[in-house]
Amino acid sequence: MSYVYSIGEYFLMIKGVFGRMTKRAVLKELIFKEINELIIGSLGIVSFISFFIGGVVAIQTALNLNNPLIPKALIAFAARQSIILEFAPTFISIIMAGKVGSFITSSIGSMRVTEQIDALEVMGINSLNYLIFPKIIAMLTYPFVIAISMFLGIVGAYAAAVLGGFVGSDIFLSGLQDNFDGFHLVYAFIKTFIFAMILATIPAYHGYYMKGGALEVGHASTTSFVWTSVVIIITNYVVTQLLLS
Amino acid sequence: MIEVKNIHKSFDGEEILKGIDFVFETGKTNLIIGESGSGKSVLLKCMLGLFKPEKGTIEYDGSAYYSFTDVEQRELRKEVGMLFQGGALFDSMTVEENVMFPLRMFTTHRRRELKSRVAEVLKRVNLEGSENKYPAEISGGMQKRVAIARAIVNKPKYLFCDEPNSGLDPKTATIIDNLIQELTRENNITTVIITHDMNSVLEIGENIAFLKDGVLAWQGDKSKIFKTDDETVTDFVYSSDLFKKVRNAQLKGH
Ligand SMILES: Nc1ncnc2c1ncn2[C@@H]1O[C@H](COP(=O)(O)OP(=O)(O)OP(=O)(O)O)[C@@H](O)[C@H]1O
Ligand SMILES: [Mg+2]
Repeated sequence: MSYVYSIGEYFLMIKGVFGRMTKRAVLKELIFKEINELIIGSLGIVSFISFFIGGVVAIQTALNLNNPLIPKALIAFAARQSIILEFAPTFISIIMAGKVGSFITSSIGSMRVTEQIDALEVMGINSLNYLIFPKIIAMLTYPFVIAISMFLGIVGAYAAAVLGGFVGSDIFLSGLQDNFDGFHLVYAFIKTFIFAMILATIPAYHGYYMKGGALEVGHASTTSFVWTSVVIIITNYVVTQLLLS
Repeated sequence: MIEVKNIHKSFDGEEILKGIDFVFETGKTNLIIGESGSGKSVLLKCMLGLFKPEKGTIEYDGSAYYSFTDVEQRELRKEVGMLFQGGALFDSMTVEENVMFPLRMFTTHRRRELKSRVAEVLKRVNLEGSENKYPAEISGGMQKRVAIARAIVNKPKYLFCDEPNSGLDPKTATIIDNLIQELTRENNITTVIITHDMNSVLEIGENIAFLKDGVLAWQGDKSKIFKTDDETVTDFVYSSDLFKKVRNAQLKGH
């Protein structure tokens, strides 16, 4: 019952976000601020993780290829497929649920408990639009983050496989181009876009509707991380079923 | 003039306000007093539409707030200044940006004009020189004054203050009280102040509502509060020995 209530409340929140708009000049500033905090601020950790995960994927594949009949190019092929299809879009989004998601929940939540949201409302400002709309727009640039992650993941795989002496550079590069299906990229970016919307709105919901004090802000961030991840994982399953099978 | 009629408000089955009737008059500093937890802040939030009471109406100069359309509510809110009990300053903005915020949202003035208006208001609350600090970098009393500056910067027609001088030293508290009273008279606005401070009650109590156990237990002005025999009031107002002495001296004088 309370889940049904929360889901209803969530969709009402989305409706409110697209209700009365905040003054344009102010919104523009807020959007740039959010892009800076949510997107630019995440590039470091995303690059770091992508590069090393890409490397590990390549090493794992190489170590498990003992059969001489299987071509070494498979290392590059396998790394490319797993990075583009899952590691970059899904794995990185779960990391972002921890980083960006908790940040959104705790920043909106602390505005709730210190009555800053009431202050906005009293001034006649649509606080949902003011707080959440800029985050949604900023997250439209999230696919760039995932593109960078894909690229660095593959660079990491190359580095580990070639510099690690598992496979020659030419073979790796040719394996990378084997059986390339453009639709896989389309699929990956459709997912990414949906995840971006989840990452912007579910943590915002947990912050906006929280009750209590500073301690509860911490709880809300944790709950928000759990729910954001769960929804990402389920959505990933559904989208994969719909688009790939 | 703001008229509160028969306001009932409960939380989780517990009735906090049990039918409050009161008229907050224009051009006067209207005070709400009462023990901690008596529902003063809740009443204020009902008046602002942040809480919806189960029963009762609020009339702003004769029009019933709860039957306003969204647009009408928003128009009204542009004329409201509110000082929250905890300040409710925006942490992510500097002092200047906080005070400028209502102006930026609702006026089309140039930045230079905004800056000069902000400087003028900050000067009235004795805060020149702190423009570029963040709320976390200034003292609690300074935060309070910034919040007051933000509440009055847009020249509101209705000014609500939840404990404007708690946490301030007596001198600053008096400055703030006087400032609020001046603004109220100068601009002929309707001001509602929640306070615990008996100094304020005796200085600027032009129309006082005393809440106890969810009902309006007493009303009157500062001259009446000296003379009243109502024990619930005298118990509350003269709970300190110092004030008892002041009162006795006053009564003898009359
Ligand atoms: N959002 C809320 N949810 C549940 N109960 C609330 C809420 N806000 C206030 N209350 C309850 O209403 C009662 C009155 O609270 P209120 O904040 O109005 O007190 P107050 O008179 O302003 O006290 P103080 O002088 O300490 O500020 C308290 O018992 C409080 O627990
Ligand atoms: Mg209070």
